[in-house]
Amino acid sequence: MLELRKVETYYGNIQALKSISIDVNEGEIVTLIGANGAGKSTTLMTICGVTPPRKGEIYFKGAPIHKMSTDKIVALGLVQVPEGRRIFPNMSVLENLEMGTFLRRDKSDIQKDIDYVFDLFPILAQRRSQLGGTLSGGEQQMLAISRALMARPRVLLLDEPSLGLAPLIIKQIFEIIKKVNEEQKTTVFLVEQNANQALKLAHRGYVMENGRITLTDTAEKLLDNEQVKKAYLGL
Amino acid sequence: MQYFLELSCSGLVRGSIYALIALGYTMVYGIIQLINFAHGEVYMIGAFIALIVSGVLTIYGFSGFSILILAALIAAVYAAAYGYTLEKIAYRPLRNAPRLSPLISAIGMSLFLQNYVLLAQTPDFLPFPSLIPDFDFMEPIAHIMGSAELVILVTSAITMIALTVLIKYTRIGKAMRATQQDMTMARLVGVNVDNVISMTFVIGSVLAAIGGVLVGSYIGQINFYIGFMAGVKAFTAAVLGGIGNIPGAALGALVLGLAESYAAGYVSSAYEDVFAFGVLVLILILRPAGLLGKAVKQKV
Repeated sequence: MLELRKVETYYGNIQALKSISIDVNEGEIVTLIGANGAGKSTTLMTICGVTPPRKGEIYFKGAPIHKMSTDKIVALGLVQVPEGRRIFPNMSVLENLEMGTFLRRDKSDIQKDIDYVFDLFPILAQRRSQLGGTLSGGEQQMLAISRALMARPRVLLLDEPSLGLAPLIIKQIFEIIKKVNEEQKTTVFLVEQNANQALKLAHRGYVMENGRITLTDTAEKLLDNEQVKKAYLGL
Repeated sequence: MQYFLELSCSGLVRGSIYALIALGYTMVYGIIQLINFAHGEVYMIGAFIALIVSGVLTIYGFSGFSILILAALIAAVYAAAYGYTLEKIAYRPLRNAPRLSPLISAIGMSLFLQNYVLLAQTPDFLPFPSLIPDFDFMEPIAHIMGSAELVILVTSAITMIALTVLIKYTRIGKAMRATQQDMTMARLVGVNVDNVISMTFVIGSVLAAIGGVLVGSYIGQINFYIGFMAGVKAFTAAVLGGIGNIPGAALGALVLGLAESYAAGYVSSAYEDVFAFGVLVLILILRPAGLLGKAVKQKV
């Protein structure tokens, strides 16, 4: 579904991604774990064309996308929930959801999808006319995921959805991700520092260190891997 | 009392012209944090196009109001093309450059356009035909507010309402707001940010051209240099209201226009600019972010 082949991304002269290759198959939940500054967010921004790769190729359903502009990539169905949520602060909850549908042509089904995300996150329905900037962190994360779902993604790219949230909210959000993957057949690529939670949710995982992929396996085996246990699970 | 009303009226007229120009400054600043110093020149070019068009149309036997509307339309189209091109050649290549570079590019474009019009036209003031007829129904209050003033106020009001509706409800308006609030996120929901920036310049330029046509017709003469002072005043108005804030620009412009008008009427017309900038200094001391601007909290 989504393939990265020897991708290298630079910020000026600094190399952030050092020849990384990743595969995400249709219907899977794949997680990318690693420490702060390993290059996880850069990987997502590179896939979305915000920081295009200098070398290497990215394919979506077999077609190259690494030279496309971000809006074209989003139109293909690669939708990101970025780090820090990036809610439009001066737009209401409803307007934020509407922005998620910016490229959709089937405007008639939008109300149905709004009902669907309000069903997933009932708190958002209560806050529908409130400005995005006034929501709590957890509510913003729910809104960010909902906004991405409004685009009807083929691949949902999530960047640290658990960051800075209470354990109870994290649990709720991970359950929703699982639900969306199972019910909507949405492929999920999940970037996380919270390796334990992410590996429990995912089918397969990649471990990233200093811009390189150092390890890849099924999620179960990674959870048992001595190296992963020591470095990321605190065991 | 009548004198006060007269001054208020002429202040509002000045203010609404400043507002039409200030909106272009503030919209562009809101989206790409650039002060487009060449914006006043787009206004001046709008006035020149309207002058040329109205000359041609007069020869073909058109009259009064129809000339005004056609001249404004054509001036708006031309100005839009100038605004679009300006962004494309002078600012877009510098999108990722340090912030000072596009600013210098803007000053360069301002000087270039002024001198281009100076060479292509003339350094002298050109008479601008009065395109706004005297309405009969304005007769009873003509000593306070003339027909030309009424047309300017109404046109500016309609234009600003149209802009508000555009920004609030249309697809491009939503894309503009999203880009202003978070450019990266706007791209991630599929907004083509380059198009949004181009459209912002186009819309700002159309507003400025409408201002140019109205002023030309009201004052009765134009030259290549009118964009400079109008640009500085409109920029002041935008800062006064809180740069980047659209209702703020309109409010700042009206405050500035009224301040100038009262200063000219009660003190001396030689001091109107002193008062205009005095108001700016005062407001920046008391409310550094402008009348409606919000102080931006830097996240650490």
